[in-house]
Amino acid sequence: MTTMTIAKAINEGLRATLSNNPKSLLMGEDIGPLGGVYRVTDGLIAEFGADRVVDTPLAESGIVGTAIGLALRGYLPICEIQFDGFVFPGFNQITTQLAKMHSRSSGNLTVPVVIRIPYGGGIGSIEHHSESPEALFAHTAGLRIITPSNPHDAYWMIQQAVDCQDPVIVFEPKRRYWLKGEVDTEAAGLAENPFKAHVVREGTDATVVVYGPLVPVALAAANAAAEDGRSVEVIDLRSISPIDFDTIEASVKKTGRLIVAHEAPTFGGIGGEIAARISERAFHSLEAPVIRVGGFHMPYPVAKVEEDYLPDIDRILEALDRTFAY
Amino acid sequence: MGATHLPSTEFDGTGLDDQLEAEAEAALGEPAAEMVQLLGPDGTLGTDSVFSKYAERLDAEKLRGFYADMAAIRRFDQEATALQRQGQLALWVPLTGQEAAQIGSGRASQPQDYIFPTYREHGVALTRNVDLAELLRQFRGISNGGWNPKDTNFHLYTLVLAAQTPHAVGYAMGIQRDQRLAEANGLAESGTAEPKAAVMVYFGDGASSEGDVHESMVFASSYNAPVVFFCQNNHWAISVPTAVQTRIPLSNRAKGYGFPGIRVDGNDVIAVHAVTEWALEHARQGNGPVLIEAFTYRVGAHTTADDPTKYRESSEEALWRAKDPLDRLEKYLRSEGMADDAFFEQVAADGNELAAYIRKSTYESDTPDIRTAFANTYVEAHPLVAEELAWFEEYSAGFVGEDTAEGAGN
Ligand SMILES: Cc1ncc(C[n+]2csc(CCOP(=O)(O)OP(=O)(O)O)c2C)c(N)n1
Repeated sequence: MTTMTIAKAINEGLRATLSNNPKSLLMGEDIGPLGGVYRVTDGLIAEFGADRVVDTPLAESGIVGTAIGLALRGYLPICEIQFDGFVFPGFNQITTQLAKMHSRSSGNLTVPVVIRIPYGGGIGSIEHHSESPEALFAHTAGLRIITPSNPHDAYWMIQQAVDCQDPVIVFEPKRRYWLKGEVDTEAAGLAENPFKAHVVREGTDATVVVYGPLVPVALAAANAAAEDGRSVEVIDLRSISPIDFDTIEASVKKTGRLIVAHEAPTFGGIGGEIAARISERAFHSLEAPVIRVGGFHMPYPVAKVEEDYLPDIDRILEALDRTFAY
Repeated sequence: MGATHLPSTEFDGTGLDDQLEAEAEAALGEPAAEMVQLLGPDGTLGTDSVFSKYAERLDAEKLRGFYADMAAIRRFDQEATALQRQGQLALWVPLTGQEAAQIGSGRASQPQDYIFPTYREHGVALTRNVDLAELLRQFRGISNGGWNPKDTNFHLYTLVLAAQTPHAVGYAMGIQRDQRLAEANGLAESGTAEPKAAVMVYFGDGASSEGDVHESMVFASSYNAPVVFFCQNNHWAISVPTAVQTRIPLSNRAKGYGFPGIRVDGNDVIAVHAVTEWALEHARQGNGPVLIEAFTYRVGAHTTADDPTKYRESSEEALWRAKDPLDRLEKYLRSEGMADDAFFEQVAADGNELAAYIRKSTYESDTPDIRTAFANTYVEAHPLVAEELAWFEEYSAGFVGEDTAEGAGN
């Protein structure tokens, strides 16, 4: 067991991947000598050289598109997109090509490309640096989407994303890059596969489903609720596509109440999908409608008001109040 | 025109090597062989067969104005950097080193022209009379824009690299159509036609790799749009040198699209002004697009969040400081007797005044309210926004009550 930050854990996970897998390579803007704007790839170019850690031209469509070509040729490209808001020049390649290559080829071709995207707000930044576009990708069949919330997951998830034969997008919660935790680098991998949700806090009265940056927020809210005598279960979704509905369903069958929180806008978000599925699967167990907590239907607002926008402990507590009011 | 300024050799095998060598040298700060330069680093004015006549249009007052603008924007840059260090701004994008490229080109534009900047064009903003205090609103995190582009024909900053380049071409196509309509309606003969206009769009050497730049150049060329692509090649896209984006001078790309490309010494305000004046006139006259590559250097960090020591030598920076755009104009103005100590002292005093204004207005800038974001998401009423706003009001009201209760308890 070693203690490290999420950023360092991804760095170590990438290092392990590059060491173990001669066909893996990193591609992205500023990932070489600078080590990425968040220093997630720090030191890797010195260790593995410019052929394995490729500082690309400034062109996201080019990054994803050439990664697809490399993957078709048997390589395992791991692309870094600098910020959530800058993935869109590459959106076409991700959604119309990467996601569909396997199915278009009747299963003959695989494109095991990994795309890492720092996402989410709360860092006081300017436009296009704080968004949560995961639902836009989750809506596209053919992509797998995961998001770690702690260093141990981060270390292993990136490696398992590379091992996965499908394209995987790893949304990295940028405001948690400096969150420290224990990583068991000696383990054989994750206890369960990266597409399975984790119950990170057990409870009996209500379930809160979150992922990525909101996991610590939900845990804090659950602790606050405990002081009022409410036992809240917290589930870290970990995978946004596929979604592990079984774990959520089992929890709701126990607690009878469900809240889903994410930073992305509520409308058309992942929370709606979970609410609908759980309503179908556990209708008779629900004591209250599923409540969604999320961003508003507006472009991500300016930094000085982002606190009003982002779900925080109070917003989750308010949702808990509402669910218990039924 | 323009053809004489394009190296013609890079497309044959041997020439390419020479070109790449020249480029490598250029990266070290040597002027590239085929680059328009009028005012050298030593402050002496040279000649150019095409552009000298544009330089001759500049009288002492205009040149002093260029200096004053460059000094003002450099002072503003220092102030904004200081404000960021004090936590008053979330981020700052410095322009030091690029003053000549921006003031020279911005001053070549006319009020009816429309400018699309990226995010570092503070000097161009100054030439377009944008209130620099408003320009800081975006970096303070209180606005995603900060000024009304309609007031100055200076568009909002764009952070998604290159996304503004097709907008510029579309805008230029609009100007072109308006002109045709005016002609059809006989406005030109009646003397009531608006002055001919062009569009200028700024982007960096890094952004030149984005597909949007390619597509916008294709459109500009296909429709002969009155647009000037102004690429500031400041040699670095954060940590990535220009050599990763292009192996030939960027200005040469224009040739592939079928319009003129000119590389100009971006630290020479007189040459930048001359070349841009030529290009904008060319566009306004209906002769189609032009690409200008201003060969310059980002002296400081990419942004206040960047650490250039990780990827470049400080000796490179020193080389470029020796080509400083302000120093060379100062030398020229002094040697020609166009400006004296009193002038430079006045410029410094004006700079301090600007800095004081910027500081004060930043401190005093209003804290935004998320309700304005609800209000501005759509032009027309939208039920989802109304519903969410109503929820937000109710939710916030709950806290006000709590605060009051706490307050009462104290
Ligand atoms: C589409 C997109 N990708 C990535 C970024 C992140 N980014 C911001 S500035 C920058 C470098 C830009 O370099 P260049 O175009 O040369 O302009 P400069 O900043 O040097 O003026 C990068 C990669 C972005 N803003 N937009």
